[in-house]
Amino acid sequence: MKCGECREVDVGTTSRAGNLSRRDFIKICSAAAVYMGLPAAMGAKIAQAATARRLPVIWVSGQECTGCTESLLRTDHPDFAHLILDLISLEYSETLNAGAGEQAEAALQASVKAGGYVMVAEGSFPLKDGGIYCKVGGRTIVDIAAEVASSAAAVIGIGSCASWGGMPSATAVDMGGKSPTGAVGIAEALESKGVKTPVVNIPGCPPNGYNFLSTVLYFVTFGKLPEVDDKARPKFAYGRLIHENCERRPHFDAGRFAEQFGDDGHRQGYCLYKLGCKGPETFNNCSTLTYNDVGASAWPVGMGAPCFGCSEADVGFTAPLHSPARPIYVTPPALFTGVDGGPKGKATTGGALVGGAVIGAVVGAGIVTAKKTGKKAEEES
Amino acid sequence: MSESKPLGGKIFTRAFAVAFLFALIGGWFLIQRFAQGLGAVSNMSDGFPWGLWITYDVVIGTALGCGGFAMAILVYILNKGEYHPLVRSALLTSVFGYSLAAFSVFIDIGRYWNFHHVLLPQYWNFSSVLLEVALCIALYVAVLWIEFSPAFLEKGGGPQASKGVNRIMFIFIAFGVLLPTMHQSSLGTLMVISGYKLSPLWQTPFLPLLFLISAVAMGFALTVFESFVSSLAFGRPLETKMIGKLAGVIPGLLIAFLVVRWGDLAFRGAFGAAFGGGWPMIMFWVENILFILPVVMLLPRPNREKAGTLCLAAFWMVMAGAVYRFNVFLVGFSPAPGWSYFPAAPEIFVTLGIVSVEVMGYLIFVRALPVLPEPERA
Repeated sequence: MKCGECREVDVGTTSRAGNLSRRDFIKICSAAAVYMGLPAAMGAKIAQAATARRLPVIWVSGQECTGCTESLLRTDHPDFAHLILDLISLEYSETLNAGAGEQAEAALQASVKAGGYVMVAEGSFPLKDGGIYCKVGGRTIVDIAAEVASSAAAVIGIGSCASWGGMPSATAVDMGGKSPTGAVGIAEALESKGVKTPVVNIPGCPPNGYNFLSTVLYFVTFGKLPEVDDKARPKFAYGRLIHENCERRPHFDAGRFAEQFGDDGHRQGYCLYKLGCKGPETFNNCSTLTYNDVGASAWPVGMGAPCFGCSEADVGFTAPLHSPARPIYVTPPALFTGVDGGPKGKATTGGALVGGAVIGAVVGAGIVTAKKTGKKAEEES
Repeated sequence: MSESKPLGGKIFTRAFAVAFLFALIGGWFLIQRFAQGLGAVSNMSDGFPWGLWITYDVVIGTALGCGGFAMAILVYILNKGEYHPLVRSALLTSVFGYSLAAFSVFIDIGRYWNFHHVLLPQYWNFSSVLLEVALCIALYVAVLWIEFSPAFLEKGGGPQASKGVNRIMFIFIAFGVLLPTMHQSSLGTLMVISGYKLSPLWQTPFLPLLFLISAVAMGFALTVFESFVSSLAFGRPLETKMIGKLAGVIPGLLIAFLVVRWGDLAFRGAFGAAFGGGWPMIMFWVENILFILPVVMLLPRPNREKAGTLCLAAFWMVMAGAVYRFNVFLVGFSPAPGWSYFPAAPEIFVTLGIVSVEVMGYLIFVRALPVLPEPERA
């Protein structure tokens, strides 16, 4: 899987989606380089690669809510229009297709036939009963995904559903503890069909658009997928626990916890661990990247909602929302004491009285000692 | 070292009982501090993360404990052996002053369970002034106990027992002079980095020098004052002659201090703030009058032969240094509009408790160990 095998769509040096200057374009690529932990100078290389060829992308949607696309639509540098028109060539997407019906399916077939593209999978894929629970144009989505993936250079699973089944794979008691549709992630779905195209997962519900974008640009630039962990997540984005860089972490360390929604600690921005925050067991970069370019604290924990572990396979949609996390590295000592409480700052009557008495006593004692010393000196002489 | 001997006598006197009572009260509030957190007993806040405990117990407490340092400079560096009888009692004050300052840091820091981190190199931040102060004080506490150790050895084995230790003592004496020079000036540096938050009346790059000079002066002054107090308390003859000569150092130090202090104020054009109103103005003048008083009192030689005048001048000197430190660390410090700080009553009681422990320790040690000079040699 080398990007050299990718089909070149066209070469453009100016923006098709509006007034994106070259300077802004390089800024975008440099930012993406920084997200991935690459030197900012790599931005130029990324820009070069992204302008040299636009990567064709086929977007296959299974059992999904379109949340991942919606989230990606709200990224701002670059915005989605630049992404799909300048950086990649989005050839097929059920959400964004200009055409519909047979026209759209014909475009898909033409694109698959041409090959050399990257497939993005969104949503989960039902395997139960031959995959009949999700169909497009009369074919099961699993068959479509297998066909598209077999000619793809790589597969990117966007969102928790595509990564390992996500919400549709949640088990139900009246279904015998199994998912009603036998929903699985794209990797497992392809495996069941014997397709061996490499898969990288960008889990999250929804994932941060920049993690997806950076993965795409990495592929375009280096012709390979980024280094991944044991759950096929890029390490640049999912290498650290949310807890490690959380803005509320000092409260955790000092033992200041919100005990209930809306209580005093919750209002003061204390740690949400006791409300069931799964930050201590979830690997993601939410705490450092935040969402949607609206500034600081734009992520669940920043808003006062405990993390529910969406990007962790056996946490999000599996562990109860408000049960405490099972911290991976550090556990909170039970004996922490708070540093707040009690009257602040101004002199209280008690403090002023005691303080005044002490100063008076010290000065008095000093003078009395001097007097007595003088007297004693007279006696001695 | 036959010049010192234990005082003997009953340890549980009335003074000891009073100190014990205050120590108990302080202990009660300390239990509250550890059970319920800093906020339960202290008025400290995010704006004033340092309150009475650091300002008095550490910054002033260690300066009062500079007796050992000041006497070491005089006796060992300037080779004035005649003052040697005063060294051990000055050292004892330093031992308690510094040990309890370290303990005060432990009760003052919010995350006291990380206290040991200061001794672990992997946690060191080499651009931190506080690291220098903390390491220096930690090391100096150890050095002080070693410097004082002959008193313990002689208690058990007579005057000859400390011979071995005394042979290598010069190393520790050298450290005992070097370390306070470093951290007493760094205590000033701590507030240099607070920038504009400290009133122009006190903020100056000379803070380290001013802190060092005033610490040495306070060390001498407290040694003088303490000599009179122990003469009164234990019914011993006054040591006026030796003490009077020693006190001759103080005006010189204070004049040096005032020249730097006022010269700097004039050079920076900050003198206008001395008439700016409010607490900083009042405390500035209180401080300066306290500094000038001992100079006026001790400069004429005949005054230095009068025990009463000597004692009072030494007391004003100690107060001057203390007020100066209070001014730099609390009165002149304004982190941002709206913050204010005055110690809470329990906070003051904790400090009183710590001072009481010092007094009790001093009373026990001078009675049980050879600390005070033999009267006929004084």
